[in-house]
Amino acid sequence: MSDIIKKPEPGRVARALDSDIAYSFRKSPLAIVAASVSLLIILAAVFAPWIAPHDPFNPATLNLMDGFTPPMEPNQFTGNTYWLGTDNQGRDVFSTILYGARISLFVGFMAVAFAMVLGITLGLIAGYRGGWIDSLLMRVADVQLTFPSILLALLIFGVARGFIPPAYREAMAIWVLIVAIGLSEWVQYARVVRGATMVEKSKEYVQAARVIGAHPAKILIRHILPNVMGPVLVIATIGLALAIIAEATLSFLGVGVPSTQPSLGTLIRIGQGFLFSGDWWILLFPSLTLLALALSVNLLGDWLRDALNPRLR
Amino acid sequence: MADVLLSVEGLTRRFDVSKPWLNRVIEREERQFLTASESVSFEIKRGETFALVGESGSGKSTIAKMIVGLLEPSAGVIKFDGQEMDFASGAAMRTLRRRFQMIFQDPFASLNPRWRVDDIIAEPIRTFGLLRGAEISNEVGRLLDLVGLSAADGTKFPHEFSGGQRQRIAIARALSSKPEFIVCDEPTSALDVSVQAQILNLMRDLQDEFGLTYLLISHDLSVVRHMANRIGVLYLGRLVEVAESKRLFTDPQHPYTRMLLDAVPDLALSGRRRMPVTGEIPNPINPPSGCTFHPRCPKVMDICKTQNPRDFPTATGTAACHLLSQEAAVSGTD
Repeated sequence: MSDIIKKPEPGRVARALDSDIAYSFRKSPLAIVAASVSLLIILAAVFAPWIAPHDPFNPATLNLMDGFTPPMEPNQFTGNTYWLGTDNQGRDVFSTILYGARISLFVGFMAVAFAMVLGITLGLIAGYRGGWIDSLLMRVADVQLTFPSILLALLIFGVARGFIPPAYREAMAIWVLIVAIGLSEWVQYARVVRGATMVEKSKEYVQAARVIGAHPAKILIRHILPNVMGPVLVIATIGLALAIIAEATLSFLGVGVPSTQPSLGTLIRIGQGFLFSGDWWILLFPSLTLLALALSVNLLGDWLRDALNPRLR
Repeated sequence: MADVLLSVEGLTRRFDVSKPWLNRVIEREERQFLTASESVSFEIKRGETFALVGESGSGKSTIAKMIVGLLEPSAGVIKFDGQEMDFASGAAMRTLRRRFQMIFQDPFASLNPRWRVDDIIAEPIRTFGLLRGAEISNEVGRLLDLVGLSAADGTKFPHEFSGGQRQRIAIARALSSKPEFIVCDEPTSALDVSVQAQILNLMRDLQDEFGLTYLLISHDLSVVRHMANRIGVLYLGRLVEVAESKRLFTDPQHPYTRMLLDAVPDLALSGRRRMPVTGEIPNPINPPSGCTFHPRCPKVMDICKTQNPRDFPTATGTAACHLLSQEAAVSGTD
């Protein structure tokens, strides 16, 4: 019957643009602004080497005489003008922000990826197997939730420093940071995935796969995982904002990335030392960037949560 | 004579419904078990449809799940084509698993919403490694045709289909491993009445074409009458009567069977006298003593309250009721 008025099958892109999520996105100005700001900062960070006017990590290009140049004013010794001024070592603040956001975002994405892989794996196993494995994993998660995540990250960071020989500390610092933040955030993923897995595993499509003797790992990865990813994506988006802030906090406290490779948090730590001497721009611009990034990613996560949950509309 | 494809002996399943250990110690309670299936035995011959009927909570689905290995029996033996099923042994079961399949009750839950129909139907083929490459898509197209859908539907997702069409997809998936035996767990109870007959007729056509053997689980007597050759009536996890379909409907031996038949609405307004179903199925954690049906039985005798009846042979099967032993004693025959 429907052959007569059969429309041509829409392509993948057309279907994506036609989906509920896309519609909800177009209808939400906040989501559009948040997505634009996030995307702008992410793109600027990714293409930092091509966008930045200076390479702030190459000491050969730095001139200490350029130090403390205010924004949009020529330096009193060299006459160079910088959009957002320079810091104490004569590094262009705009360039350090671009490179700093690059490190912050790298740490944020990697920490979220690490927490996701760990949390999803443990959550799937706990939810599917149940029994003592479930109890054990969830008690570990409960205990971990009683510690503030920053405290936990500090602990992991401190322990890792004790194990790594001093020669590798600077190179390893960023990876230790990623593991520390990731380990302090996996619990959320594990809990959500465990709950969703327990719902999915009792559904008949999973039983149908069990009847033909499909391997449990295959059932978990191919059947259950795609059906529990919705809520995980929401947590991951908000988790990215949290991870970026956690990284900034740790770097601000001086336990994060070394100052030779400053992230946004490191830049803020450097900048706050000069605030009371009147050199406000060194602190203000990295702080604003961090604020804009964390806020827009967070708003995007909030919107995604509402858009994926039809009951909240 | 047709040979036996599936035989079940003394199949029992108890669920542990005890409170946690600490509660039991403090409240001085014993462990509690729910007996969903109590030494159920039956045989299904090749090519026939055997139906299990019963009210909610009578253990129909539990038995179906034990037969396909979704639940482990507490006791009892399941033999498929003479081989004992041991679901713990992976390698030995692999060849056996291909030969039986299951069709589920809810076609909205039995198809993975994230998979395309192609992949859903091909899953058993891929899992058992029956075909490879382009052969798989040809076979999937043929199966879709077979169940009354078009081969082009394979690229769609399950949510693009109605309940009846989804059940057709589920049937195509069940057929894809070329099984001999299919367990159908209430295959039409989630469907509109208008679609039920279509699905049932499709299942019968497929049975004729491929010589399939069905175990049909249902609470709907009209479905069972339409489909089954032989029927087993379950009450509280026990098989109270087994008989050939026609015989069961015309001459029920067990009072419970009679009660079930009388409960069917009489659309023909034949004016026959009906006995309404009285009472509810008792709590299976604390089943009544003796014959578990005695609190609801209109013909209850003293012996029923103390002694559980054994299976007495009837014209085409067996029935577990003390009335039959009396008849046998009075008439001197069996």
